[in-house]
Amino acid sequence: MPPITKPKLAVWKFSSCDGCQLALLDCEDELLAVADAVEIAYFLEATRAEISGPYDISIVEGSITTEDEAHRIQRIRASSKILIAIGACATAGGIQGLKNNREVRELVDKVYAHPEFISSLATSTPVADHVQVDFELRGCPIDKYQLLEALNALLNGRRPNVPTHSQCMACKMAGHVCVTVAHGTACLGPVTQAGCGAICPEFSRGCYGCFGPADAPNTRSLSARFEALGLKGEDISRLFRMFCSAAPAFDGEARNHE
Amino acid sequence: MSEALSDAKAKSPKYALNRAMLGELIELLSKEGHQLIGPQREDGTIVLNPITSLEDLPVGLEDEQDSGRYRLKSIAPDDARADSLFQTTVGPQSWRRYLFPPRQTLWKARRNGAGWEIDADAEATPKYAFIGVRSCDLTAIAVQARVYDNGDYTDPGFTARLGAAFIIAVNCTRAADTCFCASMDAGPAAREGYDIALTELAAPGGEVWFVAEVGSRRGADLLEAVGAGPAGAELVAAGEAAVAATARAMTRSIPADAAALLQRNPEHPHWADIAARCLGCANCTMVCPTCFCSTMEDVTSLDGQEAARLRHWDSCFSLDYSYIHGGPVRRDVKSRCRQWMTHKLSSWHEQFGTSGCTGCGRCITWCPVGIDITEEIAAFAKYQTTEIREEA
Repeated sequence: MPPITKPKLAVWKFSSCDGCQLALLDCEDELLAVADAVEIAYFLEATRAEISGPYDISIVEGSITTEDEAHRIQRIRASSKILIAIGACATAGGIQGLKNNREVRELVDKVYAHPEFISSLATSTPVADHVQVDFELRGCPIDKYQLLEALNALLNGRRPNVPTHSQCMACKMAGHVCVTVAHGTACLGPVTQAGCGAICPEFSRGCYGCFGPADAPNTRSLSARFEALGLKGEDISRLFRMFCSAAPAFDGEARNHE
Repeated sequence: MSEALSDAKAKSPKYALNRAMLGELIELLSKEGHQLIGPQREDGTIVLNPITSLEDLPVGLEDEQDSGRYRLKSIAPDDARADSLFQTTVGPQSWRRYLFPPRQTLWKARRNGAGWEIDADAEATPKYAFIGVRSCDLTAIAVQARVYDNGDYTDPGFTARLGAAFIIAVNCTRAADTCFCASMDAGPAAREGYDIALTELAAPGGEVWFVAEVGSRRGADLLEAVGAGPAGAELVAAGEAAVAATARAMTRSIPADAAALLQRNPEHPHWADIAARCLGCANCTMVCPTCFCSTMEDVTSLDGQEAARLRHWDSCFSLDYSYIHGGPVRRDVKSRCRQWMTHKLSSWHEQFGTSGCTGCGRCITWCPVGIDITEEIAAFAKYQTTEIREEA
């Protein structure tokens, strides 16, 4: 039977654009059912009301890029039974992970009018680098159905149906034509985890790798294919340095071409 | 397909029909309640879509295929084949998409007090008419039929969908560079498993004629109904010559001893060479017309009042596929490459009494890095180091 007392759900934001949190609000048809199934204790994108911890489920968006965030994630972990990291930032450092390979002081000086106000760590790191994460949802942004599925599975005491295989399997099941084979377009699909519904290949674009590395990515072989398609070293490293730049498999392959 | 003609087939005449008659024939099938599925141009390739008329077929197109590469080309207007319907060979999809769909709901359940009320999926069996099934794919359907209905265990969905389907096969009068059905004894001429088999011939003036062979009583009835007459000896001979030329044009092949070769070489160093290139992306298994692996998912409604069991395609290339207690059995890509190739070409014989490969060439074309199963087998044959070590 479903739990009689509603689990307390909190949604936390770190360094991110809020887009993944909005995926929860984007659930529209299912939102009332979610609100029925859980007690929303902390979710600033939805309500200013706050209920103090501990929390049954914490959903964490964003990467850790400041000292303050590094402390705050420890407190959240300590007050949460289950912690789910959502999105490319929380699971792979996000776009801001691009700074990991640069001199941060120089970047800050270039970007901000008053760089003296900026207090930032040298790196943007995923939540799992700091605390134990119970489940991860990939994507930039996450897929709202995967978020619903993860909550649903938790509430019903079953395993979430979230695949770790390649994007190619999603394309083939959906009937999308392979853009690499049929058009000669560079595509990260073969090394990227499925989950978005293969949106880009459906519209004849190569996959941008928003969902990060698939379960056993052979990035080196794919890069060789990119070279055969005419891409140069820098083009290839840029492909791997997009949304999941700090994911080890993508970071390592980008380095091979820098 | 419908009831076979058995020995009557040998005596049955071959029919000749033109494009208008074929158009009428598929219209009749449509009126009988068949959903027409056929090859259609989409996104630079040929996919298997619901169609409504011959106009939806890839008229005047041919395909160029190589390892990791597919391109469609228009046939030159002065070529006699310019109005042909079936000059493209096989695309990325096969008929298993319709016979064993990528995602299926097996049953649903609703909570009823302390128990559950099961609602076995009562979805009506679709009545398809497959237009343009190539010999390699007819063979693949027969291979899958052994898997899904082996006497002891039957997949009712596959069996019912195949039983309800009307099949118009097409003998290939053109091979893609990736085709090797001749070496797998699976083509290019259709032998069984069809209601009607067509051989397409373009007369020098450009008019397209078909020689039709009948595989079922219903096939013969339909041909008669649209006024197809007996095919003249000249037309029949031209059709047979075109198909024979297709077999001769194939450059790729798998040697007859591939099964034994792979059995002898489980630890061959060439596996590591394949694994260095293999992306583990599973494209080969997704496009293969005989691959049958699937997995189950149980889903629930958020309030836990409803549940369903879903089945979707899976692949021996996904890490999760071999996951058992403690972790996946085939951790490295090497072991997954070996599993796929050895099963397909070798242990399939022991398991199902036939090869798991029909020589359609899809895995060669649709591998993003162009791994070519025929070349890999040739490499094993060339460097049989296991044997050399044994002798030494």
